[in-house]
Amino acid sequence: MHIQWNWGIFFEQAPFGDTTYLGWLWLGFQMTVLLSICAGIIAFVVGSFFGILRTLPNRFLARLGAGYVQLFRNIPLIIHLFIWIYVVPDLVPESMRDWLFSLDPSIFIFMMSTIGLGLFTGARVCEQVRTAIQSLPSGQKNAGTALGFTLRQTYLYILLPNAYRRVLPPLTSEALNMFKNSAVASTVGLVELSKQANQLLDHAGAAYESFIAVTIGYVIINIVVMKGMHYIEKVTRLPGALGGK
Amino acid sequence: MNFDWHVITNNLPFILQSLKISLQITVTAIIFGIIWGTILAVMRLSSVKAVRWIAKAYVNTFRSIPLVMVLLWFYLLVPQLLKTLFDLPSSTDIRLISAMVAFALFEAAYYSEIMRAGIQSISKGQLSAALALGMTRMQGLRLVVIPQAFRIMAPLLLTQGIVLFQDTTLVYVLNLADFFYQSVEIIGNNNGVYNEMILFAAVVYFVICFAASSLVNYVKNRMA
Repeated sequence: MHIQWNWGIFFEQAPFGDTTYLGWLWLGFQMTVLLSICAGIIAFVVGSFFGILRTLPNRFLARLGAGYVQLFRNIPLIIHLFIWIYVVPDLVPESMRDWLFSLDPSIFIFMMSTIGLGLFTGARVCEQVRTAIQSLPSGQKNAGTALGFTLRQTYLYILLPNAYRRVLPPLTSEALNMFKNSAVASTVGLVELSKQANQLLDHAGAAYESFIAVTIGYVIINIVVMKGMHYIEKVTRLPGALGGK
Repeated sequence: MNFDWHVITNNLPFILQSLKISLQITVTAIIFGIIWGTILAVMRLSSVKAVRWIAKAYVNTFRSIPLVMVLLWFYLLVPQLLKTLFDLPSSTDIRLISAMVAFALFEAAYYSEIMRAGIQSISKGQLSAALALGMTRMQGLRLVVIPQAFRIMAPLLLTQGIVLFQDTTLVYVLNLADFFYQSVEIIGNNNGVYNEMILFAAVVYFVICFAASSLVNYVKNRMA
């Protein structure tokens, strides 16, 4: 296998965008990070909401949570993104559709990808939150009731603070997965890191160089996310209690 | 939205053909992924530091790169490899074979983690007993530990297989006509029923994956 390396390609002027090829990669990197952070916030909020619903005594609410998880677990992410980009705008009321189509196309794609990726990851977060709450000893809930707390207060002051400490390690791997899954958004036309690799291949022809650079970009994201989550784990750890040392 | 069912019935042969490609990739990746993943898991538990390190580096590398990138990497690399190995003409379509190689090697990293957990969950005494009976370490692993680990891990391995089946939709980046690409991009686009075919694909994947995971749960409960 003989490859002609040309690492200087990154500092050459790109055909459009008024920047170098390295600038393209940097833009893609920023887009990947931005998409993942926005989707992560949605995933955390929605996932926690449905995860808590699934542990409530009300059977209807629990079913609702289960339905959400099944819907997002059994359909591939790429189809979810396609549904949000192509199908949803046709289903919403006229006025909202006009608003969506009046948006800048890149903003529209970003918004819809964020929602799709966020809800998809949310289903996984939901399961983690549910197992964490269910893994708490039942004495904790009883103690809350014995102290005269309402169900809402028991969740808010006793169960959730403990459950979130337990959910941090699996949440780390979900966060890593989400950063990797964000690459799927390249298929619906979002110009993020892996799309930039393809663009570099098309315009500059430097396949190996651009793929290596992008791969390194993902590895960097992985390391930063892992270290960040470990830091959060360390800060929130209770000495002598759950997960403490 | 008016759903035109005739589009689906008229194109049924193509749709089934493409479903076959999806399943083909899934099955090869499951078989080779489990075999190679088990080897990697054993390597990670080896007493030789270099072997342990190689397996660890392999698993961590594949687990930190998105599948889309892995597919593109192998799309780029496989022709070169095939050319050096078999001296093929450059016109052969290597998308299917490169997708299969990529999925098998990628999933092996995930299967290896599952198998490692399985092997480590078997109590140490089992291996010690095998050694006491005069088996070598390899024999003990092969005849005593790994079969039990497989039994415990079977549901997880199958669940990973379902995830893998969903992930095969990502061969979209190679324009390979798997079920999703064939029904949405080709049939949907050519007949002006793009949205309908997206929903159709969603329903088909949902039914297949839901049925498969229900089956896995049933088997798991029967075994327990």
